[in-house]
Amino acid sequence: MANWVGQAWDRIEDLRLLTGRGRFVADLTAPGLVSVAFVRSPHAHAAINRVDLEPARRTPGVVAAFSGADLAPHIALGVTEQPPLALQAVHYVGEPVAVVVAEDRYAAEDGVEAVAVDWTPLPVVTDVRVALAEGAPTVVAGRPNLIAERRIGYGDVAAQFARAAVVVQERLVIHRATAQPLETRGVMAIPDPDGSGVTVWTTTQSPHELRRSLARSLRLSEDKVRVRTPDVGGSFGVKNRLYPEEVVVAWLAMRLVRPVRWIEDRLEHFAATQHEREQVHEVELAADAEGRLLALRDRFVVDNGAYVRGGVTVMQRTAMTIPGPYRLPALEAVGRLVRTHKTPIGPYRGAGRPQGCFVMERMMDRLAEAVGQDRAEVRRRNLIPPDAFPYATGIESPERVVYDSGDFPAVLEEALALAGWDQAAARIEAARQEGRWIGIGLAMNVEDTGGGGYEGARVRVDGNGEVTVYSGAVAQGQGHETAFAQVAAEVLDLPPERIRVALGDTDDIPLGIGTFGSRATTLAGNAVRESAIAVRRQIVEWAARLLEADPEDVVWEGGAAYVRGVPERRISLEAIAARANPLTPIPMGPEGPLPLGLEATTYFQSAPTYSSGCHACWVEVDPRTGQVRVLDYVVVHDCGRMLNPKLVEGQIYGGVLFGLSTVLLEELRYGEDGQLLTTTFLDYPLPTTTEMPPLRIAHRETPSPRNPLGIKGAGESGTIPALAALTAAVEDALKPFGVHLTELPLTPERLLQALAQSQSRP
Amino acid sequence: MAEASIQPLTVTLKVNGRDYTVTVEPRWTLADVLRHQLGLTGTHVGCEQGVCGACTVLVDGEPARSCLMFAVQMEGHEIVTIEGLTPEAGLSPLQEAFHRHHALQCGFCTPGMLVTATALLNQGKPLTEETVREALSGNLCRCTGYQFIVDAVMDAQGGK
Ligand code: FES
Ligand code: FES
Repeated sequence: MANWVGQAWDRIEDLRLLTGRGRFVADLTAPGLVSVAFVRSPHAHAAINRVDLEPARRTPGVVAAFSGADLAPHIALGVTEQPPLALQAVHYVGEPVAVVVAEDRYAAEDGVEAVAVDWTPLPVVTDVRVALAEGAPTVVAGRPNLIAERRIGYGDVAAQFARAAVVVQERLVIHRATAQPLETRGVMAIPDPDGSGVTVWTTTQSPHELRRSLARSLRLSEDKVRVRTPDVGGSFGVKNRLYPEEVVVAWLAMRLVRPVRWIEDRLEHFAATQHEREQVHEVELAADAEGRLLALRDRFVVDNGAYVRGGVTVMQRTAMTIPGPYRLPALEAVGRLVRTHKTPIGPYRGAGRPQGCFVMERMMDRLAEAVGQDRAEVRRRNLIPPDAFPYATGIESPERVVYDSGDFPAVLEEALALAGWDQAAARIEAARQEGRWIGIGLAMNVEDTGGGGYEGARVRVDGNGEVTVYSGAVAQGQGHETAFAQVAAEVLDLPPERIRVALGDTDDIPLGIGTFGSRATTLAGNAVRESAIAVRRQIVEWAARLLEADPEDVVWEGGAAYVRGVPERRISLEAIAARANPLTPIPMGPEGPLPLGLEATTYFQSAPTYSSGCHACWVEVDPRTGQVRVLDYVVVHDCGRMLNPKLVEGQIYGGVLFGLSTVLLEELRYGEDGQLLTTTFLDYPLPTTTEMPPLRIAHRETPSPRNPLGIKGAGESGTIPALAALTAAVEDALKPFGVHLTELPLTPERLLQALAQSQSRP
Repeated sequence: MAEASIQPLTVTLKVNGRDYTVTVEPRWTLADVLRHQLGLTGTHVGCEQGVCGACTVLVDGEPARSCLMFAVQMEGHEIVTIEGLTPEAGLSPLQEAFHRHHALQCGFCTPGMLVTATALLNQGKPLTEETVREALSGNLCRCTGYQFIVDAVMDAQGGK
């Protein structure tokens, strides 16, 4: 068997993407295609008195226009909390209210401009404290402002606090941010010629989920809706789950019996695509006099925005991430998910985990301070030892958290060594002599990956011997085509070039969940393996029949079969495939027929695996300007066995820069009237090559015992600890100023403010 | 007046060495015309705000943001897109370097990056990591963290 798994193989998908031949949703076209633009709410909260679409309908090039009231009778409402087009009222700026269809997008936008809506503005709530206050205005009529309250924890927290020698407290604030993939969302729907069904090309991360939700919305059976994903330009979580525009565009295609396309523009994307991160935590951590953890108590509030999308998941993942790599005897995390008049939230890269990690790691630093220990030492003392796996954290709900494997002490020590932790004090002192303020930060994390049930793969060898892997685990840049081809190639003993990977067509495989939560490679990768093993068995059985031998005696090697000891008489995959996929009657031997086709579909199911890591970084801060420069960034990372180290490194580099910009750059700001103030890359800057930190990565590979490939997810662990590690480094650099950093992002403005408020001076 | 500004005009655009005569509305951007009239969809549109650089093409050899230009202004100029930088078969040395270095993930920023990097390499000056970073600082990538892109461009300077 060739060893393809584990190799840093160059990606299959690159060739089309490098040459401009990728096919993204905005590149697709179809005869008779019309374009769509949405009328969106300029108000954070207002009653809709009247929507006058007549002027839009008279605009040159406009084909049709519909309001929420026009749409409502034709679709099933209630599939999502948010109606596809607003009905009586709007609840955030950017909420879709009406839709205009035209010959091209320019004309559609002309039409949108011509629409007249009569509004009555209503009271706006942008602050969770206001939303929770006695007598607060109801954010969405008929729905509670407090969407959910979840208590996640275990152990006797009160008793542990009672015996504590040290208790540290902190209020931690993380502001709103968003993923901003470089490609916005988009949908193109093509009706079946007889109008009975629809094919929807969309940028979704979860085609099968979308097929189900769309079928319910359109009142069709699932087999009348085909969801397909083209190349997708990044997603990071925000292209997951059904969006209003997908329902509207699919419905329009069927209604107009024409292909219909909507491509979100960047301005829309800022307001119409889900946000995240915004949380406030009140934390207390109890420990004994030696700094050994006893209990953590956290009351936190998550700003959900107007409608429920993925807020509950975010809240739960935050709480579940808190214990991290440490033995924590008791935990009580109580989260409240609160409605405001802002864009709905849902998970993006990290999905609440960066905040949970931020809470724990900031508190570890506070504890070190309180007990007068080194920050690394206090962590070292509390780590779960490598012989403790499987390790049950104590969390039982919403799911049992039992770590599968890892070596946390080794991860920590390697990061400390790489970052020069032991020489840090001297280096900082030397820099201060030169008038430079540098500091080092440290953060560890454990991340559940590959959770959420199952993922599937179908492997098929067609009549010409072409091998294709199909899966619903779509990709938005992760390199699944390459990773899955490597797995199939290894099992089938074929070069990876011979494997084609086709993702994201709901007609290709009946079931699937999708790509999020660092799950796709782990679950679908193992499904590819199982399906390929089954197909290999079929190949050998057919070869045995054709070679008139016992399957036990057949050797399968390098794309051909022979009877052991007779390698001269080989039979190729093409020949076997032609016989196994017959188009003519086949003579039936005395043994009876073999099952036809070379094909298998499997669904791999598993409890989560747990990746772990440690980030350590050096920064320099200019106390006059509040500018932060990252001098050195070290990641030690254990995601089990790596299918392809190149892909893993790509995820880490990208993930770290993502986390870095959450700490230093990105903040979605709202006015008190609920206006979104950040709607371009100028007022919401993304990091550029200038912000890119010098990064070093070390891998450890502790295989997961929960799947045969021994792999774990890698998509989010570059991001999760970055918030805490960088904040700690900045705080360390500014230690002589006595600055306590509790609020993200650390914009120059905010740092200067913290410096101005602090009493101490170096 | 809105009507007047959308009166179509006929223009001839020279793209990748070939002349295309097209009828366009004056308000149509170069990016839209390349993509939707000429079918050259390798040029991507990420922001239409002139910030992300995904829409970068060469205009008379200089990188330019095709989302900020109108097609009607482009008569008499030489436009080169990613399609024009791609050899008949296989990959250019710069594309090869991107492939080897894993300098792309989703690939959405990639054509713009390649166009910008081509203009840099065409200057023929010796490159440092600093100058490469500087040259690419107007092209956003949300996936890669940039390091492998910078590495690829540095590596390509030999082969180019
Ligand atoms: S699309 Fe032109 S700069 Fe972003
Ligand atoms: S590779 Fe996705 S934006 Fe650059």
